[in-house]
Amino acid sequence: MQPFNRLNHRTLMGSVIIEHIKKTYDKGNVLALKDVSFTVNEGELFGLIGADGAGKTSLFRILTTLLLADEGKATVNGYDVIKDYKQIRGCVGYMPGKFSLYQDLTIEENLNFFATLFATSVEENYDLIKDIYEQIKPFKDRRAGKLSGGMKQKLALCCALIHKPAVLFLDEPTTGVDAVSRKEFWEMLKRLKEQGITILVSTPYMDEATLCERIALIQNGNILSIDTPENITKAYPRKLYALTASVVHKILSDVKAYPEIASCYSFGEFLHISFKNDGKDNTKELLQHLSQKGFKDVTIKEIEPTVEDCFIELM
Amino acid sequence: MEKAIICKDLTKQFGDFAAVNKISFDVNAGEIFGFLGANGAGKTTAMRMLCGLSYPTSGEATVAGFNVYKQQDHIKRNIGYMSQKFSLYESLTVQENIRFFGGIYGLSDKALKDKSNSLIERLGLQAEAKKRVSELPLGWKQKLAFSVAIIHQPKIVFLDEPTGGVDPITRRQFWDLIYEAADDGITIFVTTHYMDEAEYCNRISIMVDGRVEALDTPTNLKHQYKVETMDEVFYQLARAAKRSGE
Repeated sequence: MQPFNRLNHRTLMGSVIIEHIKKTYDKGNVLALKDVSFTVNEGELFGLIGADGAGKTSLFRILTTLLLADEGKATVNGYDVIKDYKQIRGCVGYMPGKFSLYQDLTIEENLNFFATLFATSVEENYDLIKDIYEQIKPFKDRRAGKLSGGMKQKLALCCALIHKPAVLFLDEPTTGVDAVSRKEFWEMLKRLKEQGITILVSTPYMDEATLCERIALIQNGNILSIDTPENITKAYPRKLYALTASVVHKILSDVKAYPEIASCYSFGEFLHISFKNDGKDNTKELLQHLSQKGFKDVTIKEIEPTVEDCFIELM
Repeated sequence: MEKAIICKDLTKQFGDFAAVNKISFDVNAGEIFGFLGANGAGKTTAMRMLCGLSYPTSGEATVAGFNVYKQQDHIKRNIGYMSQKFSLYESLTVQENIRFFGGIYGLSDKALKDKSNSLIERLGLQAEAKKRVSELPLGWKQKLAFSVAIIHQPKIVFLDEPTGGVDPITRRQFWDLIYEAADDGITIFVTTHYMDEAEYCNRISIMVDGRVEALDTPTNLKHQYKVETMDEVFYQLARAAKRSGE
């Protein structure tokens, strides 16, 4: 277990246990979550990775007691999401995907408002938000509606933390955020984790998966896999290769049509490819084949799969 | 080489704030041009000027050969536009959306009918043609939105984060559509936060604090900044930004 620092006067850690949760909308016609089960351990930074419409937000709303599941059971910090909804609301922080603070209150007013709502004060828990709040403090008299995207995100995180939650739910905090701000945001999460808060965070960006301790890959309401990012990438079933050439996209259709190919997807300047039978001298034969088609400057090297490779494989 | 966009010292000033500060670049006809930048760098403001939705404060630009000050209507007729946020009417069916946007762009009834059928067939949406767009999965919506944005065979199509939130397979299928359109001679002007997608562009520009700080092919940019990936190029440039915003 991690040592507590400033927060040792109160148990901050909480776990999330999800058992066979099912959720439908539109009188059962739209299936949002089918039989989802997993556990987030105390103090863990856990990522829910999937595209829009995968069911991430439905699950977050069920766990934060804002939505009822059709079937299944879930507890947060030991409390049942149905019976103990009041206790849960008091001990979790929730940052929805859509900015949901009061646009016509200032930064400072929003923060005071949420502190008061949870019967605490900004001063009492200032340690927890200090790092993040000081970045937006120069603008504390500016209305939330007038803030930039990055500042809104920081304010929303402060408001979700102001009552020292045991579990923090962050629904797509980095969607639409540029690559630099995304890195900074994950640095903040790492520091919060070190303070002992359990964090469940969702994201459509596969590259962020490796920053979590464990991840669940979700697609169409199904959990495809749950494990550490390392174990998920290790479980990739075949050898994976990166192919590159001067005009990669022109080669794509020829590589896809090659009979020995099991998978072929663009990854930036590379094609990630795998073969049906790893026993053979595949790369040499493929290079010959492409050379006959007129592609002379092709190179192929074996690589480690990324989480995105595994996600595509499991889809 | 024929130019789809020519931009010289283009500036947009809001009071004493230069949202876009003297940007100059050309986009070649038929090129896939990536328009990158940190949040708040001025991308949206620049794009609005190029689409004929907002007047520049100073500088010059022509889009599809038309002047951004005097010929905004011509520009609008000769470009397509698609964003992640709004592209199709959710309460209209697939067919109705095609008809609506085709009509707006002045396609004849016959052309519309032909286009509509071939488009639905190509996207494999036959079974969904009479369904409301709100019932489609996001990935299909985005593919349909793109096809609708180029239904009038524009010279240029502007794509504002077209793949945000889309699953990894659909994201790649979407780029297949982009390449097809480019092969048909449509110039592609695209923004994205996915750095692997930056690699799919012929050339990219990176905006920082209202200026275009870098412009070249992905390969040359990686050489220039002595790094392995576009992610690192972007990080080096955007990290120095003073502004942050939408």
